[in-house]
Amino acid sequence: MGNFAANEGLSIFVILVWLGINAFLFVHFYMAFLLERWFYTRVLLGQALSWARAPAACLNFNCMLILLPVCRNLLSFLRGTIQCCSRTAARQLDRNITFHKLVAYMIAFHTAVHIIAHLFNFEYFMDAQLNRNSSLLPFVLSEIGSGDNASFLNPIRTNNTSPTIVLFTTIAGLTGVAITLALILIITSSMEVIRRSYFEVFWYTHHLFVIFFIGLVFHGAGRIVRGQTLPSLQTNDPEVCSTRVEEWGNNGSSCAVPKFAGNPPQTWKWVLGPMILYVCERIVRFYRSHQKVVITKVVMHPSKTLELQMKRKGFHMEVGQYVFIQCPSVSRLEWHPFTLTSAPEEDYFSAHIRIVGDWTQALYEACAGDQTEPQDAWKLPKIAIDGPFGTASEDVFRYEVVMLVGAGIGVTPFASILKSVWYKRIQNNQDVFTKKIYFYWLCPETEAFEWFADLLQSLEAQMTEKGVMDFLSYNIYLTRWKEKEAAHFRVHHEAENDPITGLKQKTLYGKPNWDNEFSNVAAKHPGTKVGVFLCGPPQLGKSLEKQSLSHSEGDVKFIFNKENF
Amino acid sequence: MGKIEWAMWANEQALASGLILLTGGIVGVAGQFRGWQFAAYAIAAGAFVCLLEYPRSKRTKGTSVERTGQYCFTVCVKSFGPLTRNYYVRAFLHAALSVPAGFLLATVLGCVCLGIASLIYLAAAIRGEHWEPILPKKEMVRKPDDSMKNPPQNPPPRPPPETRRKRVDDLEGAAYDNPIPVGE
Repeated sequence: MGNFAANEGLSIFVILVWLGINAFLFVHFYMAFLLERWFYTRVLLGQALSWARAPAACLNFNCMLILLPVCRNLLSFLRGTIQCCSRTAARQLDRNITFHKLVAYMIAFHTAVHIIAHLFNFEYFMDAQLNRNSSLLPFVLSEIGSGDNASFLNPIRTNNTSPTIVLFTTIAGLTGVAITLALILIITSSMEVIRRSYFEVFWYTHHLFVIFFIGLVFHGAGRIVRGQTLPSLQTNDPEVCSTRVEEWGNNGSSCAVPKFAGNPPQTWKWVLGPMILYVCERIVRFYRSHQKVVITKVVMHPSKTLELQMKRKGFHMEVGQYVFIQCPSVSRLEWHPFTLTSAPEEDYFSAHIRIVGDWTQALYEACAGDQTEPQDAWKLPKIAIDGPFGTASEDVFRYEVVMLVGAGIGVTPFASILKSVWYKRIQNNQDVFTKKIYFYWLCPETEAFEWFADLLQSLEAQMTEKGVMDFLSYNIYLTRWKEKEAAHFRVHHEAENDPITGLKQKTLYGKPNWDNEFSNVAAKHPGTKVGVFLCGPPQLGKSLEKQSLSHSEGDVKFIFNKENF
Repeated sequence: MGKIEWAMWANEQALASGLILLTGGIVGVAGQFRGWQFAAYAIAAGAFVCLLEYPRSKRTKGTSVERTGQYCFTVCVKSFGPLTRNYYVRAFLHAALSVPAGFLLATVLGCVCLGIASLIYLAAAIRGEHWEPILPKKEMVRKPDDSMKNPPQNPPPRPPPETRRKRVDDLEGAAYDNPIPVGE
């Protein structure tokens, strides 16, 4: 059990604070509806009133929070500002989507409690109208306000209706149904299965959140939850008068007929700020997308990888950042994230895009990737870029020793880092804080190596030339291989250069023994903070996280950072 | 949106609707609402929909992810043959199941959600999708080829003498160097 606090401490703290605020709001608003003002309302509804209002308050809070983690421009800005103060705080902002999901689950939970409580409320309101017996207090209370239709308590005004009809004829009911449906559709289309395979369904359905927020703001406009007015409390004290119903409004009696009114809607006060922030976020994205981006080069790599080299005026990036790319000729509404594979020192920026779905396939065809003759530059499609946005990889140069692990296409952020390392150390001969890089690349197929192998080869050549071989140590692991290739490797075992990559450091087979690797690094670099960076599948992330925690004993600390898309 | 299998989303939506129907039904019965009989119906319908929708279908393209422990449900659902395979049947079944739930407030949400699921299933059926069970792959028993039983009758083919000459400059390397590639 190593340095759990360093890795997870802030996350746990944030979650505890959030849960604490939820619990506080729940209890506070539960108790608020146990006051005198709501005495007569509780005669009709019992505890169900509080059970409906408490989650409503929590819903206000969570709906305020849910828009914030997805304002990526705001987060990038915050991240840049905080980074100078605290690396840990900056890392916390990388877990924004996790937080967004947690808040979403909480919204779903509170919605369920709120709806169930209101089901009981509707039933009780209906009961009060149906049991038309003047000796029953609920019926007497329901009759109040029948004349002017203003000071009533029971929103169900006649017995000639049913709760379902009332649902569809009140603002609260209609908006409630609409926003609950929107919420359910958003949740079912956000399930991992749908999100990973059919991104468009997820993305378009998610825009139902617009309906959700509009409905939410108007949900309380009907002022359907009513309590006794303050002036009325002076003339009719519930404690005293609830047992003296026959006297109400009689001359000489100390109990007037009570008057009721609803609270003004509160939700807008909670969500207006984040809604405005989000609108600004979308405006920023829109503005950035209209800046002109020019494709300077299209390269088709093996293993269905397309490289786009682009330029945009005033574009500035850091290592390992990502951008959202839109191609209007392919789809006007889709923006997809891709890691930048170029270094900040280069005069263009590039992304390596794997062709896996509709959009990438269409982009490949639009960029004439399937044609062999050189194309005219004006034939290339217009592209829009939003970003760059920062992720954990930016932190690489803040550690003295780093372990970079990339699985398959997950190696892309590290392409940017290694190139930048090359430019800084080799070309400019700058002093970088990072003294040693351990690089691990896990890949299932040999063909995927080519574009990255070229990069590693040139790095290797440059480093040999300058005599700085031990700065970068890389290990490439082939996790799957075919029989005939295995024979070829056996035969060429003695060759100086690796038969696949042509590199001096040999390709290894199978999966790395992380325990050994971490132990070796810990032994070689005592007393340092080692940054562990991963871009790859979650299972690998879990095992690396475990290793980081367990090997962070003594004076070596492994800090785990994961890229997530 | 060409390659979407609508059935995957319809399945998630229907499963959620089943749960919502079930919950609404339980609330209706437990609270003894007026019209609680509809709630009792909703419990049964909700449970049925959940059982029917729990096993995911095998995707036509890509890897299918099973839900935990869905194998026994797969076997049950599979046994109904074309009734569960065909999505038109499912679409109409869900539409029909949802109607009675619309008469009670507690279950009206489940009714609408199931109706939406029914529409998505209809879209899936129109596009020609159908339900396929996810079954564990049978172990392939590899039989050795016939040719392995007999030893070779003829000596191996030899390349022409020019290529057979040893490389004197790199004797060690030549020991492993085959002029003709090994394997296919």
